[in-house]
Amino acid sequence: MDILSNLELGFSIALSPYTLMLAFIGCFVGTIIGALPGLGPSNGVALLIPISFSMGFDAISALVLLTSVYYGAMYGGRISSILLNIPGDEPAMMTTLDGYPMAKQGLAGEALVISGVASFVGAFLATVGLILMAPWLANVAYKFGPAEYFALYFLAFCTLGGMGSKNQTKSAIAACMGLGIAMVGVDELTNMQRYTFDNMHLFDGVDFLVAIVGLFAVSEVFMFIESHGKNSAIGVKLGRLFIPWKLLNQTKGAMLRGTGIGFLAGILPGAGASLGSFLAYVGEKAVSKDKDSFGKGNPRGVAAPEAGNNAAAGGALIPMLTLGVPGSGTTAVLLALLLTLNITPGPLLFTDRPDVVWSLIASLLIANVMLLVMNVPMVKVFVKILMVPSWVLLPGVTMIAFVGIFSLTGSSFDMLLMVAFGVLGYVCRKLDIPTVPIILGILLGNAMENKMRQAMVLSDGDWTFYFSSPISISFWIAGILGFVAPIFLRQYLKKPPQPTIDED
Amino acid sequence: MKMTMLKVLGTSALLSAMSVSSASATECIAPANPGGGWDFTCRQIGNILYEIKAVDAPVRVTNMAGGGGGVAFAHVASERSTDADLIVAASSATTTRLAQNAFAGLTADMVRFVGAIGADPGVIVVAKDSPLKNLSDMVEAIKADPGSVAFAGGSAVGGFDHMKPLQVMKAAGFNDITKIKYIGVDGGADAITQTIGGFTQAMTGDMSEIVGFIRSGDVRALAVLTEERVPGFEDIPTAREQGFDVVAVNWRGLYVPKDISDADFNMWAERLQKVADSDQWKAAMTENGLAPFTKVGGDFQSWVDGVIADTVVLSKEIGVIQ
Repeated sequence: MDILSNLELGFSIALSPYTLMLAFIGCFVGTIIGALPGLGPSNGVALLIPISFSMGFDAISALVLLTSVYYGAMYGGRISSILLNIPGDEPAMMTTLDGYPMAKQGLAGEALVISGVASFVGAFLATVGLILMAPWLANVAYKFGPAEYFALYFLAFCTLGGMGSKNQTKSAIAACMGLGIAMVGVDELTNMQRYTFDNMHLFDGVDFLVAIVGLFAVSEVFMFIESHGKNSAIGVKLGRLFIPWKLLNQTKGAMLRGTGIGFLAGILPGAGASLGSFLAYVGEKAVSKDKDSFGKGNPRGVAAPEAGNNAAAGGALIPMLTLGVPGSGTTAVLLALLLTLNITPGPLLFTDRPDVVWSLIASLLIANVMLLVMNVPMVKVFVKILMVPSWVLLPGVTMIAFVGIFSLTGSSFDMLLMVAFGVLGYVCRKLDIPTVPIILGILLGNAMENKMRQAMVLSDGDWTFYFSSPISISFWIAGILGFVAPIFLRQYLKKPPQPTIDED
Repeated sequence: MKMTMLKVLGTSALLSAMSVSSASATECIAPANPGGGWDFTCRQIGNILYEIKAVDAPVRVTNMAGGGGGVAFAHVASERSTDADLIVAASSATTTRLAQNAFAGLTADMVRFVGAIGADPGVIVVAKDSPLKNLSDMVEAIKADPGSVAFAGGSAVGGFDHMKPLQVMKAAGFNDITKIKYIGVDGGADAITQTIGGFTQAMTGDMSEIVGFIRSGDVRALAVLTEERVPGFEDIPTAREQGFDVVAVNWRGLYVPKDISDADFNMWAERLQKVADSDQWKAAMTENGLAPFTKVGGDFQSWVDGVIADTVVLSKEIGVIQ
């Protein structure tokens, strides 16, 4: 079997002590990042990319480290959801709904174990799904010309804007901002400079890492300054930990269903983990007989969304690796990492760099096992770290952001630019404008524009070329549906109540 | 105000740090982020220089990304123009951009090109089932209907890959070169995918980009744009032997600051020649799909001047520059 021999290649690289150590560090740091409220996976990975460059890691090491952080953050998000009723990251939001009530009933330990196991099931099966589906998807490479890519990028913006956010208009505004920022720099088709104001630092365009660290990490610091670091005390006691086999057995169906739903949501370009956990929760509630107990501490309400968001995290890697289109904010950040490492994700990645792909996949499997061990017996360690006061944490984040960006680009201009993006991110969050479409716009803007213009060159300016193949037509239809449908579906699929922070 | 002060302090601190260190060791600036071709040039040449004892201390590699190499070029031209311990990685992309005024008014005579010690040969390939069997077929097809053969390449419009088919067509006496279709995609592999997928009819790129696809039999090379056939790929004919006198190689080399003494310039030319002759460099070339291409010192400078002049003419014809 091809897959098995490829996996063997992957494991032969991933099982070296050095790579294992990186995976371990990544899992540990990732779990902390996920658990700390506010520092979500996108922020965490964005913050660590410049650092991993300045440490001089090669492509595989950097990838293993950062994807371990990514998976780790998905595990970690549940800890503060359950103990603090504050989602450690956005996808963990659904876990608060039943996790916190369980903790209040004195079942915090059980909730943590169930969600940990659910995370493992979701992430593990999704990685298996990635192994099976990715090579198959990689074979469609030769069917993608400029028109198909253009339609695919369109689909990514639509599904992200449509399903991933609450307000279509605002996410469209954000996407346009991102596309606008992407126009800065030398135009590849005419060699003309656009919006560079003769400043040579802008000739190459805005570095997406600068934008990402600014929009995610620096804006987080601003949010913290505003809130004076409230909401960081643990309100629930964590008793002894033991493995509740009975509850695990009861929730296994929920985990599997959550995994399936989450995985499919993850594959959709632009949809991502938040949608995965949301659909998994809603789906689980819909099929269960005791609907009323959801939101009051039903273990299945913990298992399903956790399996869902971890499965989506794995699924989201598929479009990112095979098509170069990220499925979520964090995969957008990982895409930026790959591009900076001079690895062009896309259909050819699997044939050109099997070592990269398969060692990445192997380390995802290893990281999962590590994370299960870390997050079930050792969860108390992370609970302790959660008590780190924000006044220690946030200056640390600020320092890492500045040092990281400077060590990567060596330019003070980029640091100022990063702060400017931090302000932009802060303003956007205040106005409830999502920042992920901005990142997606910066990342995909140039490619999208180039594909559009390439299509025009090849077809002598005939616009029907964009709709000339079944693949592109289906992307157009899916894109429009993905953007418009949620407006109507929202009436039927009311979101469950948003978690609120208890004052007592 | 305070900001400006800090900036000034920072800059002077940086500069003094640089001048202190440059007194003791050679610095090689790679005008891009780690991982690319320029970074490779600096690190390989730097390591070998030290290994063969052409320099006393290890060469320090600085990555100075920005402006497609323009930030580093401006830095060298304006602030380091007398630094004899400074070398900067360069390639065909550097001279193409200089010719097309992509460095905000900076010109090639602001530095001295000291040598190239390897090159990635230019190639033109087609899908294995293409009706075009050789370069003449391609030329005739374009002469008959310029829109019938679209090219894909890894560089932007007006970039090095775009120039290759234009040069061939000019050599064939076809002057209506704006009619030739070209799309610039993300790198050579992507360009090959577009060609195998039938979206474009031919691909123009560097030898190192197509090696895997030639071996797997997915594509056929119509011509390699070198003076002689490339070792290891003797079955690919050159454009020259098919009657089109075009040589286009993506060279890997160095430039040095303008105002260093002729003695220093010649010393760098000699050092580079030593690297070119070393076994280490030969091994590095084979590993990275480079063909031998050694031109150093005054020879190289005049060759670069010629290439830039040709590029200016072609760029004007296709309207990339005025």
